[in-house]
Amino acid sequence: MPVSFTSQGLPVWRRRTTRAQWLQYLAWLAGVSLFLLCWKLISDNTMWVFVEDAGRQGSDLISRMMPPRWEYANVLWKPMWDTLNIATLGTVIGVMMAFPVAFLAARNTTPHPLVRSVALMVIVSSRSINSLIWAMLLVTILGPGVLAGIIAIALRSIGFVGKLLYEAIEEIHPTPVEAISATGASRMQVMNYGVLPQVMPAFAGISVYRWDINIRESTVLGLVGAGGIGLQLNASINSLAWDQVSVIFIMIFATVLVSEWISARVRHAII
Amino acid sequence: MNTADTLAERRQQAARRGQWRRLAVIENPRLRWGLAIGAVVYLFLALASVEVNWARVAEGSARAVNFLGAFMQPDFISRYDDIVAGLMESLTMTLTSTVVGVLLAIPVGLGAARNISPLPIYLICRAIIAVSRTFQEIIIAILFVVMFGFGPLAGMITLAFATIGFMAKLLAEDIEDLDWRQVEAVRATGAGWLQIINQAVQPQVMPRLIGLSVYRLDINFRESAVIGIVGAGGIGATLNTSLSRYEYDTSAAILLIIIAIVLLCEYSSSHVRRWTQ
Repeated sequence: MPVSFTSQGLPVWRRRTTRAQWLQYLAWLAGVSLFLLCWKLISDNTMWVFVEDAGRQGSDLISRMMPPRWEYANVLWKPMWDTLNIATLGTVIGVMMAFPVAFLAARNTTPHPLVRSVALMVIVSSRSINSLIWAMLLVTILGPGVLAGIIAIALRSIGFVGKLLYEAIEEIHPTPVEAISATGASRMQVMNYGVLPQVMPAFAGISVYRWDINIRESTVLGLVGAGGIGLQLNASINSLAWDQVSVIFIMIFATVLVSEWISARVRHAII
Repeated sequence: MNTADTLAERRQQAARRGQWRRLAVIENPRLRWGLAIGAVVYLFLALASVEVNWARVAEGSARAVNFLGAFMQPDFISRYDDIVAGLMESLTMTLTSTVVGVLLAIPVGLGAARNISPLPIYLICRAIIAVSRTFQEIIIAILFVVMFGFGPLAGMITLAFATIGFMAKLLAEDIEDLDWRQVEAVRATGAGWLQIINQAVQPQVMPRLIGLSVYRLDINFRESAVIGIVGAGGIGATLNTSLSRYEYDTSAAILLIIIAIVLLCEYSSSHVRRWTQ
């Protein structure tokens, strides 16, 4: 126990040893210096003249956004429907692709360790690239439109659903699996009757959760030309029609709230 | 209850006759069929409204091949300076925004925990969290670029703002289900509010707070790669430029760097989380 002595020779309790205390100071010093260094790099690349009137710019922006031009909402129903389709169809396709990948990536169901590492590679590369970047790539390949958005969402969802699902598969109870294989079931039958019923609730929960995230992401895919309400957002921003932008923001806010509510309800019912 | 009994009996009788069927996922048949029909109708409507320009897709497939080829031979060299500058900006943005965001998220998180804060403060803090979580980083970035001008400062503020919502929500949930006995013990000694937070709440949530901060660092890096598209600095701007100039080999190099850094972050963050929890 770290103890130090007063000048009278009485023992005093300390939380840390002197060495640990010094190491902690040094760690804090290093962390703070790193932060300040990063801050300096950022501040060097910033035009502080623009920052000084940020408050004025902000209030100016808000005054342009208010009141929202409500008539504009009539134009937005079709893009909103496209956005919902991008999110939903993208989730469906992504989930369908993630399902086999997760089984290949789970330690207890993979046919071979080599296959497992390939599946993990697929999951990681899909996860680390944002759907907006996927959309940028796909717009150059497929051309602008809803299709690029759907595929971008699907590609991004593979990694997310795949990762959570394979973790769920690895955590299943082994007893039902053993029981089914003891009856002489084939590999596919063991999967179907031993593994699948155990991961189905998790799978449904993860899919709905991802659908909720995808609604959020699909609202901005239009910024790079991949369809949906983001196209209108981009057009309104480029034409400086901020009163239209605020209508779009309100619609996005409402949609996201509703989708979050639905997803919470469904997950609550399943789990 | 009665119907469930007869259903179970009917299933047993069928099983004795050697017929066995898997239990349906949704028990209520009306709801089950309603959902199935609804899904089919929706799929039909949705697919009908997707317009695909197949001529354009066919034209683009050559580009897809080019792009895959570029991944085989990524070009790190010819735009080396731009890549390094973008990467440095992304990394500094990531670090500063996480630090600032977490520091600001702690008071908001304390305020949003129903068991330690009064109702008005709770509602205000929950509203902050809702606003920050609903909008995508990129939408917030558009607004902040208008306010603060192009460059990494706007990006940093965006990421810090998004971090507040994420961290404060999870922190508040963590505080809401902490072990109340420790708080009572500390309160029994006559401690004030700050002392209760410091001695009873903070030790319980600290491991998770550290784990979440490291996780958020990882997310912030990923996000910093996209907010450059709207002018908020970082590697995203470099990537966007290279894509629109059809320099696919440079884009491939940037994407590979992003994947590598994310992998590194993820690996070390899982390490840190295992260490703190």
